Amino acid sequence: MNPVRKRRLIVTLLILGAVAIATGLSVFALQRNMTYLYSPTEVDAGKAPTGGHPFRLGGIVKEGSVHHVPGTLTTDFVITDRFQNIPVTYTGILPDLFRVGQSTITTGTMVDGKFVATKVLAKHDATYMPPQVAQAIAKAKEENRIPKTAQGGGAP
Amino acid sequence: MSRSYLPHWMHWLGSPPNFYRFAGALRPWLIAAALVCAAIGLYGGLVLAPPDFRQGDAYRIIFIHVPSAWMSLFIYACMAVTGLVALVWRVKLAEVIAMECAPIGAAFTLITLATGSLWGRPMWGTWWTWGARLTSELVLFFLYLGVIGLYNAFEDRRRGARAASLLALVGIVNLPIVHYSVVWWNTLHQGSTVDWLHLSQSSIAPSMLWPLLVMTLATHLYFFASILGRARTGLLSLEGGKQWVRSLVTETSR
Repeated sequence: MNPVRKRRLIVTLLILGAVAIATGLSVFALQRNMTYLYSPTEVDAGKAPTGGHPFRLGGIVKEGSVHHVPGTLTTDFVITDRFQNIPVTYTGILPDLFRVGQSTITTGTMVDGKFVATKVLAKHDATYMPPQVAQAIAKAKEENRIPKTAQGGGAP
Repeated sequence: MSRSYLPHWMHWLGSPPNFYRFAGALRPWLIAAALVCAAIGLYGGLVLAPPDFRQGDAYRIIFIHVPSAWMSLFIYACMAVTGLVALVWRVKLAEVIAMECAPIGAAFTLITLATGSLWGRPMWGTWWTWGARLTSELVLFFLYLGVIGLYNAFEDRRRGARAASLLALVGIVNLPIVHYSVVWWNTLHQGSTVDWLHLSQSSIAPSMLWPLLVMTLATHLYFFASILGRARTGLLSLEGGKQWVRSLVTETSR
């Protein structure tokens, strides 16, 4: 390689290295601000914003916790990460994938120990399979006496 | 010239007239192969593949969304690598290829964002969220637009190509962020489905996986056909006054 090209290559790679380090440091510094959601355990530990500041609460919709208030669009349910539970109330239309055992991300504020959600999003996991296969897995789990709820949903 | 460490065919192909003929001969075959693969992939994905146990038929947008998303990253990597060659070795062909990658990559990124949005509305319950995956993919789109804009802002096209190549090269730091965003942060977007090292262990049924892979092949073939075509016209306008272009014109007009 002739000296001119060598110098260009070195300068270019130095620029690239500097930008990569700068980006890495910024991403590292932003890590806390880039928290997309808080788990019920983090909320319980007081890590989530308080005093009416909105944040996202993520977790699984707890089994047997979903109650529709008759005559309204209001739904009450409990978000859990299997360690802590946070009661949630939401008025509005729920996404198609919202169901018990489903990973869910809600946006709202804590009001008197209850999370008042303004938005409910359903997270779906990276699993795709035909319904027959899903039924077969569910059946196999039932026969092995594994709780059916362990299937699907995935971690938040 | 101490370029002897390069294989002979690279020297040959790096010369604009040779590349022009080579690309012209290869392009129709690539287009045909891309069309055949897309037809098979779409038929397999939209007709043969079973519905998903959770999402029903709505998941079928995966056959457009995921190959486009992979292309948005792959084309960026191609642009950055050819951009580096353009910066260091000042190879005219590398400049042309790097610059012609940008509009194709931008198109695939836009398709990714649009189909993701259409998919997110019914499944997640929102068109858009400022999660790490979605935001970094949007940044990728703006990087492509920046490269296109910077290239066209220069009077001298070769200087413009080199300036834009540097932007393209520096922007490559965004690629790992896009790819690992779903691992590093809690996001609404789910993690990776296809495990490239252990394809059979991917969390997608084989009946759904093969159309996805065929569609991926189709988008790659399309990209190669498209970049060859674009590079040909790019070379023609850049080398307009050269002897080989003149003789080409007199050949074809005769």
